[in-house]
Amino acid sequence: MPQRHVIKQISVFVNNEPGRLAKIARMLSEEGIDICAFNIAEASGFGVFRAIVREPDKAYAKLKERGIIVKETEVIAIPMQDRPGGLFEAAAVLGEAGINIEYGYAYSGKGGATFFIRVDDTEAAIKTLLDRGVKLMHEGDL
Amino acid sequence: MYWNARMECMPKDELRRHQFRELKTLVYRLYSFNNFYHDRMKEQGVHPDDIQSLEDIRKLPFMHKQDLRDNYPTKMFTSSREEVVRYHVSSGTTGKPTLVGYTAQDIDFWTDSLARALTSIGIGTDDVVQVSYGYGLFTGGLGLHYGAERVGATVLPASVGNTERQLELMIDLDVTAIACTPSYMIHMGEVAKKLGIDFQRDTKLRKAILGAEPWSEGMRQHIQDNLGIEAYDIYGTSELSGPMFTECEERNGIHIWSDVAIVEIIDPETEEPVPDGEIGELVITVLKKEAMPMIRYRIRDLTYALEDKCECGRTSTRIGRISGRTDDMLIIRGINVFPSQVEHTLMNIPEVGEQFMIILDRKGALDVMTVQVELSPDHFSDKMADMMAIKKKIDSDMKKYLNISVNVELMDPGSLPRFEGKAKRVVDKRVF
Repeated sequence: MPQRHVIKQISVFVNNEPGRLAKIARMLSEEGIDICAFNIAEASGFGVFRAIVREPDKAYAKLKERGIIVKETEVIAIPMQDRPGGLFEAAAVLGEAGINIEYGYAYSGKGGATFFIRVDDTEAAIKTLLDRGVKLMHEGDL
Repeated sequence: MYWNARMECMPKDELRRHQFRELKTLVYRLYSFNNFYHDRMKEQGVHPDDIQSLEDIRKLPFMHKQDLRDNYPTKMFTSSREEVVRYHVSSGTTGKPTLVGYTAQDIDFWTDSLARALTSIGIGTDDVVQVSYGYGLFTGGLGLHYGAERVGATVLPASVGNTERQLELMIDLDVTAIACTPSYMIHMGEVAKKLGIDFQRDTKLRKAILGAEPWSEGMRQHIQDNLGIEAYDIYGTSELSGPMFTECEERNGIHIWSDVAIVEIIDPETEEPVPDGEIGELVITVLKKEAMPMIRYRIRDLTYALEDKCECGRTSTRIGRISGRTDDMLIIRGINVFPSQVEHTLMNIPEVGEQFMIILDRKGALDVMTVQVELSPDHFSDKMADMMAIKKKIDSDMKKYLNISVNVELMDPGSLPRFEGKAKRVVDKRVF
């Protein structure tokens, strides 16, 4: 089976109890889970913590075991040029292709920067981006 | 199947004549032999001779829980210590404890009332009944124990707590029916799920007799759908002896045996009877009680009366589901709210669990009501829009049902307190 052009993301429900995020971060650290990138969305009373980690399946299983509400979803990872204008180039392609982004976040590592996006119709977005010659990352590329 | 077909199916007018005779006898006895009742009737300006019809019951004074507290421990007893064979003490959550005494005949009538009730839901010699109400000072455990034994069922006196062991015994001993609080039933269901126990597959449990705390029709549906059992409502309070009355298999109101008690539904403010079928405060007169008679006792529960003949053939007055208590009513920004309304609303929202807490606080001069609910893991989404939609749905359902805006807080599953006895779901931080 050809490798799919997606990266697994874990999302965790965080209620507004003080120290809740620290508790989840500690669990990940105790399990030896390496976080590459993360993002927090918040509303009144609760938040959603989303992270790209080295071993998503393990992280998912371990958090679930501890009674945490966790979900695994697929996001698209677009490599960006780590220089001024890098985000513009990536975003421009998405705009031209008419892809609606639910949310997105980025990280900048040794091998360059990456833009992670969550879209409504992942398969359609992958096809459009590949057709336009955009390079997409696979699981394990990080 | 009837336990006492003659009394349970007696024509209505004959029942009323029976009630009148019993009431008249009771009033004479109390006026003549007990200081408390004598003084009360004098104060009210009513003499036993004034009771000329069943409706004249309205001339008699009301009794309140406060009377039991003021006369603690035994000043209201109409039997001597030698005749009293048992005490029960109700928890003093709202003040001093109250004591109830029973003669041998009182225990017998109580047990008989429950025997009729259990028979009406099809429980008999073929059943194994797990009594998971507290045994001891609380009336639930011993009451159900005696009632179930009387109909010839095998009783497992499990009491409360140690849920894993309770489930193990339920499986090993082929338990067919359980009596407990509705919140404990839900707790048992959760523990069973965690242990991989499926009630339908692994147990013989088919019926649950649930009460001792207010619960809703939504909670009944939830329990029935999730556990695959039939849930029956049971009613009583220690002042009436204990749990005494249940629904029959029709599940259309709780039968209050008319030869045992007279039901009145009044407007709590005006103290006048409400029109037929309307919700009001339940007032009960127990016709046969020796050690501690109860005349026009203000229970503080809100319900309505059903006077038509039940499909089951029984003619007694029935009362609808208790919709709240006049004293657990919360007044928020001037609007009456009952915790049972919150429960009912939540039961119809699949995105959240069945546990909840209500927190009342005050911001400036304004009351703020927060409802904490547990998010169901299956409905969690990484997209904020989905999450906000869940919150909005709960917000708008609450608003629709309670008529006030509430703050909804989504919590992790398992993070809210579980209750094995009576659930205490309201925290009032307001300073008045």
